[in-house]
Amino acid sequence: MAAIRHEVIGVRTESDIVQVRQVVRQWAVQVGLGLVDQTKIVTAASELARNTVAYGGGGTLCLEALQEGARSGLRLTFEDRGPGIADVAKAMTDGYTSGTGMGLGLGGSKRLVNEFDIWSRPGEGTRVTVTRWR
Amino acid sequence: MTAYSAAHTTSAGKRLVDILRAHHSDILRDWIEVQIGRRSLPASELRAQCEEFLTLLVPALQNAHDPSIDGVSWQPAKEFLSNLSAVRAQQGFSPSETATFVFSLKQSIFQRIRDAGMTDAASIADDMWAATLLFDALGLYTTEVYQRGREQVIMRQQQDMLELSTPVVTLWDGVVALPLIGTLDSARTQVVMETLLHRIVETGATIAVIDITGVPTVDTLTAQHLLKTVTAARLMGAECIISGIRPQIAQTIVHLGVDLGDITTKSTLADAFRVALSRTGRTVTRTFAGAGPQRNGERPS
Amino acid sequence: MERIPILRMGSFLLVTIQVDMHDRLAMTLQDDLTRRIVEVNAKGVLLDISSLDMVDSFIGRMISNIAAMSRVLDAETVVVGMQPAVAITLVELGLSLPNVRTALNVERGMELLRAAAQLVAEGADGRDSP
Repeated sequence: MAAIRHEVIGVRTESDIVQVRQVVRQWAVQVGLGLVDQTKIVTAASELARNTVAYGGGGTLCLEALQEGARSGLRLTFEDRGPGIADVAKAMTDGYTSGTGMGLGLGGSKRLVNEFDIWSRPGEGTRVTVTRWR
Repeated sequence: MTAYSAAHTTSAGKRLVDILRAHHSDILRDWIEVQIGRRSLPASELRAQCEEFLTLLVPALQNAHDPSIDGVSWQPAKEFLSNLSAVRAQQGFSPSETATFVFSLKQSIFQRIRDAGMTDAASIADDMWAATLLFDALGLYTTEVYQRGREQVIMRQQQDMLELSTPVVTLWDGVVALPLIGTLDSARTQVVMETLLHRIVETGATIAVIDITGVPTVDTLTAQHLLKTVTAARLMGAECIISGIRPQIAQTIVHLGVDLGDITTKSTLADAFRVALSRTGRTVTRTFAGAGPQRNGERPS
Repeated sequence: MERIPILRMGSFLLVTIQVDMHDRLAMTLQDDLTRRIVEVNAKGVLLDISSLDMVDSFIGRMISNIAAMSRVLDAETVVVGMQPAVAITLVELGLSLPNVRTALNVERGMELLRAAAQLVAEGADGRDSP
């Protein structure tokens, strides 16, 4: 499996979150994802970008266009050197309570993608990798 | 199919057979060497494949009755290439990479043609040309096999799509019905949601009746998928009524503790339709031919 | 600073979101809308999201908040024009916006708002002047 194209962008401010949505949408279209799949990964990217900005103190997003045999995919890796997540399992279950929820959007994002991977260590940072295949 | 001229067939073909026989191990070694380093394939696997193909080449050439590779003598070699193409495709090789398996054999063959001790430059050129046409044809054959494989996948997917196709029918202005047939798994739910929502946009429906008469079992997962569909429709301003609840289904739902929330459920499509009409502000009036319209127990408008 | 325009149509407010909103813009909209409802004593809010090709949890919560706050201020909110891909994604995300009324488009949304306002007027029955 090869990444035929990749790009790294900074995710530090609120307007970067908007930027992330647009860039991910462009890449999703180029990779050939259908409209619903595009929307899903753009939404997941928005959630994860917000996490990076709000909880991670800013970080980066690496976009990769993948090709595995006949199928193509889009992989996003959000990385920050922030405080990290103490209990990842618990963070994944944080749901959206009606309006007051501080849910990290991780659980929801996981449902929007085909592959989801998270690494986090308190004091070191967090890295979330999601992939959507065609 | 590319063919090489009959004039060269017998003599060039014979010389090629001789070369293959005389220098089998050298050709094999050189051929393997050219391919190593191109792509990660275990050396033993590559060696086995090369050996088998070389072994198949000789009888194929010897027993060829006509210049093309369509003849029956080429069947075993082509079958081998067919399998190779399929296996390599599965392993993630592109069709070009697989074709190179054949093309890269040319190099060692050409060398041996040159070294065959022939003094006549024209003959050497003729033999190389004959060999070129042959291996080009064989290499192209692998890409054709790959193409056919893809077409089969497409056809199979089209078939799946037809089976999955979700007919959404308009029962009345603003009321659509979606008869579900078969199991409702996660993948199907996505298709169902997409189809239903698009129809809601197209028809401007405010009520969608989802009939589950054709759904064999309703377990917790199916119920979740149904709920997702209902929620998605609601987000677009359409209310759902679920009909076709058989007695066993009703029991299962209660037994499993499935919570259908405030979704209206009816046992028959007819009942659901009646509710849908009423909710969109309509009543049904019975008329008798020759007797004029009569209201039949419906509430007065 | 940019703001999302709020149009007034009689006793209703119409908001059309056409830009890719960053978080602060969404918060500003919430504040502006709440203030405006009180200012004009609005009976209903129509939120047109037909241009949004993505609604994430933040925007989803904004929508919920707007609906909840308007209700407290005695106004009904209707969200119209959600795109199918957005609806499917929201459902998958786990957001169902349970207390938010929805309609297919602006026309339908206005019908709903008028009907709701009518009920309120009928219920008031002379206590308040219409």
